[in-house]
Amino acid sequence: MADVIKTATRDAYGKALVELGEKNPDVLVLDADLAAATKTGAFKKAFPERFFDTGIAEGNMMGVAAGLATTGYTVFASSFAMFSAGRAFEQVRNTIAYPHLNVKIGATHAGISVGEDGASHQCCEDIALMRSIPGMVIINPADDIEARAAVFAAAEHNGPVYMRFGRLAVPRIFDESYKFEIGKAVTLKEGSDVTIIATGLMVNEALIAAEELSKEGISAEVINMHTIKPLDKDAIIKSAKKTGCIVTAEEHNVVGGMGDAVCDAVCSEYPVPVVKVGVEDTFGKSGPAVELLHFFGLDADNIVKKAKIAIEKK
Amino acid sequence: MDAISKKELAKIACNVRMGIIEGTFNAKSGHPGGSLSITEILTYLYFKEMNINPEKPTACNRDRFVLSKGHAAPALYSVMANRGFFPVEELKTLRKVDSRLQGHPSMNYLPGIDISSGSLGQGISAACGMALGSKLKGDAFRVYTILGDGEIEEGQVWEAAMYAAAKKLDNLVAFVDNNNLQIDGTVEEVNSPYPIPEKFAAFGWNVIEIDGHNFDEIEAALNEAKATKGKPTAIIATTTKGKGVSFMENQVNWHGSAPNAEQYEIAMNELKALLNEMEG
Repeated sequence: MADVIKTATRDAYGKALVELGEKNPDVLVLDADLAAATKTGAFKKAFPERFFDTGIAEGNMMGVAAGLATTGYTVFASSFAMFSAGRAFEQVRNTIAYPHLNVKIGATHAGISVGEDGASHQCCEDIALMRSIPGMVIINPADDIEARAAVFAAAEHNGPVYMRFGRLAVPRIFDESYKFEIGKAVTLKEGSDVTIIATGLMVNEALIAAEELSKEGISAEVINMHTIKPLDKDAIIKSAKKTGCIVTAEEHNVVGGMGDAVCDAVCSEYPVPVVKVGVEDTFGKSGPAVELLHFFGLDADNIVKKAKIAIEKK
Repeated sequence: MDAISKKELAKIACNVRMGIIEGTFNAKSGHPGGSLSITEILTYLYFKEMNINPEKPTACNRDRFVLSKGHAAPALYSVMANRGFFPVEELKTLRKVDSRLQGHPSMNYLPGIDISSGSLGQGISAACGMALGSKLKGDAFRVYTILGDGEIEEGQVWEAAMYAAAKKLDNLVAFVDNNNLQIDGTVEEVNSPYPIPEKFAAFGWNVIEIDGHNFDEIEAALNEAKATKGKPTAIIATTTKGKGVSFMENQVNWHGSAPNAEQYEIAMNELKALLNEMEG
């Protein structure tokens, strides 16, 4: 196997901010004492006068971001997913999203793959929380190329955006020519027996699962659902009509996440069996990230298993 | 506006109070008590202090105002209407389905609202962001906010207070409407935020204590704030909840209830009599 480039999406986020900052003088970056971990430290180094550390006070950071946005700036506010979507939920809801301000939330350390820090820091509820806010855009990139593209797309978008990045280095899937559009799902592999809709680091697992399935004569279609809101319903329905069943895969609670969004989309228009791969409504725990992903069934093996179940339900 | 006298301001404040009563009466809901307590502060800000133009509510370099205690929206709407942002008659639409006058201020609905507010503790953070934005533009404008004395029980207020001082936001002024009452009783009974001046001073703010119904004291405090460099200013204003309407003064039950027809008449007659007296 050729050498695969592995990069954490949080690293790509930090680099993309610097690149964006060079092009756009109205970009400001805020962090809540996690610049070294969220990788906004790169921006801090490049543009110290446009970087603001609010200290360990995420609620205030979101309000400051909102206030800055009203004065004409495009503001990126960063912390871990747990504190961005969790602790600061109401500040995001009331002071950023309700007035539809130009604040882009860069939430890193999402999901189980935080690893050793354990459940208190493994946010598997952020998609559910952010999905419930009117007008919020949610992007969950699958690799570093997509993470960079998400940052630029978020800056272009008028209104609030929640970007979900990971701590763990993940294999590069796309190349430099990759075209990214908010709300447009990407079909990575055509298939006819089952549709695998994946997001974030589960996209790579979905591709591996599809290969495994093909060895058993099962043709799987793989869709990268990088934008969870607004959801690309057309892509889902089109694929559902073709394959007749769906497996969703996400590093998030099966309650309220992308899988539920997919269920919403199909149930009223073209009901087909949907089987979800995700964290089974439980809290995480400490351990090396990759081991934890297997422990919680967030891997290709589980997708293969669920794909067969979905096919049986047709 | 420069030459506006204190007597004129007092008359405007009386009109603003009538607008508060008009709005809450028509809405059959709303928060008259804490609206009436900040009437002089808002009147001074909108008629004398702030660099604003009702014709250009989104001008880049206008001064900003954040009603952190957003439930006092009837007062903000009334002062804005009296200042010419929209017709005074529109105050009667407060809280109605087709109205621009939402129960708590919303910038989506009404030009001139600098940010949506109402969930307590959040407005002051936004005000910090605006003040920071002004600094980035070379101190382009000043930012004013009003907090409730109950509101400062919210932890976020102190996150923001710490931040404003750390960033030396001397273009930021936060009033605390110290009317001593919150929904469940006096602020001391519920969860005492006292002593308020010492708390803000300890967080690194310039602190001024005033009678929040006295225009001379409001003016002097705002002038001192402008002259203070390197730190934000907190103006702790002693006020009377329900000020100007006899039966509402210092009564906690007027925090969030509207006058009925009979009470409306009494309140409006009191305020009209006061206005006539000032005009006579």
